[in-house]
Amino acid sequence: MTDQTRFKGQIISDQLAGAITRTEELAYELKVSEVMTREPFTTSTLMTMEEALDIFNKNRISGAPVLENGALVGVISIEDLIRALRKNDLSAPVQNYMTTNLVTIRDTDTVIEALKLFVNTKLGRLIVIDSENQMAGIITKGDVTRGILKALDQDYQEEEVRIYRASHLFEDISSDRSTLVLRYNIKVGDFTHGGSASSNIKRALLRMGANPQLARRCGIAVYEAEMNLIIHTTNGGVLRVEIEPHQITMQATDEGPGIEDIDLAMKPGYSTATQEVRELGFGAGMGLVNIKRCVDWMQLESTPGIGSKLRFKIFLKEEDTVGEGYPSSAKESTKDESSGSHRSFGA
Amino acid sequence: MNIEELITIVDGTLHTPGADLSREVKGGCGADLMSDVLASIQPEAVLLTGLCNPQVIRTAQMADVAAVVFVRGKQPPKETIDLAIEERIPLITSPFGMFELCGRLRQRGLPSLEMPVDKDPCCD
Repeated sequence: MTDQTRFKGQIISDQLAGAITRTEELAYELKVSEVMTREPFTTSTLMTMEEALDIFNKNRISGAPVLENGALVGVISIEDLIRALRKNDLSAPVQNYMTTNLVTIRDTDTVIEALKLFVNTKLGRLIVIDSENQMAGIITKGDVTRGILKALDQDYQEEEVRIYRASHLFEDISSDRSTLVLRYNIKVGDFTHGGSASSNIKRALLRMGANPQLARRCGIAVYEAEMNLIIHTTNGGVLRVEIEPHQITMQATDEGPGIEDIDLAMKPGYSTATQEVRELGFGAGMGLVNIKRCVDWMQLESTPGIGSKLRFKIFLKEEDTVGEGYPSSAKESTKDESSGSHRSFGA
Repeated sequence: MNIEELITIVDGTLHTPGADLSREVKGGCGADLMSDVLASIQPEAVLLTGLCNPQVIRTAQMADVAAVVFVRGKQPPKETIDLAIEERIPLITSPFGMFELCGRLRQRGLPSLEMPVDKDPCCD
C-alpha cells in the first residue's frame, strides 16, 4: 500500500484523476467493516509480556487489543515486546508496555480513512468501533490488502459467472427447437436512453459466448434499428431479438407513420430526419444501408398509415454458435459472409 | 500506441477515472456522423469526434471503439461521462481540431481504421 501517498499534496486534476486505479477506487468504496478482523486475539493488562509473545507467535499476529475486565484499555504490539526484550523484562505485565493512546476508526468509515490514519500515526493497527463506541474489531494494513484483493477478485468473478451461466443456457434445456427472445419497448424521441436496448442485446450475446465480431455486427445493426424507432416513429416501437443456436433474428416494429417509398428509403444518403436529429450525428440516411451491411438477410415491409416492420437475420456458423455444447446439427442455412448471396431484401 | 501515449500526443484531458491506460489503440477514425462511424470504423480504434452526446458512447460501444477523443476542447455533458465510465470507454478532450489531431496521430504511426465506402453498397 505505497500508492496511498502518491497524490499527497497535489491538486487532483482531471489528468491525475485518470491515473487512479481500480484498487484506489476500492479504497474509497470499501467500508472498514468489510475488511476488518472481527474477533481479534486479545490480551489482558495483567498477562505477562512472555504470555503475550506466545499468543503473537502461535497466531502469527503482530499486535492485539488489551482488555481489563472486558473493557478495552490499550493495544500491545510487537514493538512493545521488543522494548521489553531489550530490557530483559518479559515477566512484566502487559499494562507496563501497552499503548494507551488509542487511535480508533468507525466501522462505517471507508478504507481510505484507515490508510490515512496508518500513514499519519505510523501505527500498525487501529481499533474499530461501532455506533455505540464498542470495539467491533481491529484493522491492519494486511486486512486492507486482503480486503481489496478479495474485492478485485469478486469484480472479475461476477462477470465470469454471468458469462458461464449464460453460455450454458441452451445446454440443459432439451427441446426440438429452443429459442431465447429478448423484447424491448422503445420510446419515440428518447435520445438520452437511445441505444440502451442495443447495449443490453450486445452484452447478452457476449455473455452467451458469441464471438466479439458477431456481437459487434448484431450490435451495430440493432442500434441503427433502435435509433430509427426513436427518430422516425409516431409512438415508438418494439425491438425483438430471437436468439437460436443457428441464427439471430432481429425485428423492429412500429405503428406508423409508415414509409411511402421503400426503395427511396433504402437509398444511401436519403433521409427525412429533422435538424435536431442530425445534430446528434444521426439522420444521415445511412441507417438501413448500415444494417444491411452487417446482416445476412434483411426484409423491410411498410404500409403508410399503419406501420413498418424491419426484420434481419444473422446466420451463425458453427464457430459462432451461441451457447456452448449445443448440437451443431441445427445449422440450416450457414453462409459464407463474403459471398454476399444473402444480401437480399424482400420489400 | 496505448491510451496513455495517445493522451500525451493529443495533449488531452481524461474524463473517465479508472480507465485502463495500457489499453492498445490499433488505429484511428474521425467523424461527426455516427452512422458514418458505424459504417466505416474497425474494432479497437480511437474515435475523434466533435459531437459529445451520449450517443457517441453508445456508438463507440457497439463498434468496439478503444477510446473517444473530443476535438476542439469540447466538454462532454455528465450523461456522456457517466455512460463512458459504465461502459469502460476512456473519454479524452483535446484542445486541437480534427485535422490537427488526425495529422498528429498519423505522424506518430497510427493507421486509419476507416474502411472506404463500397462503390455501390446497395445494388449487389
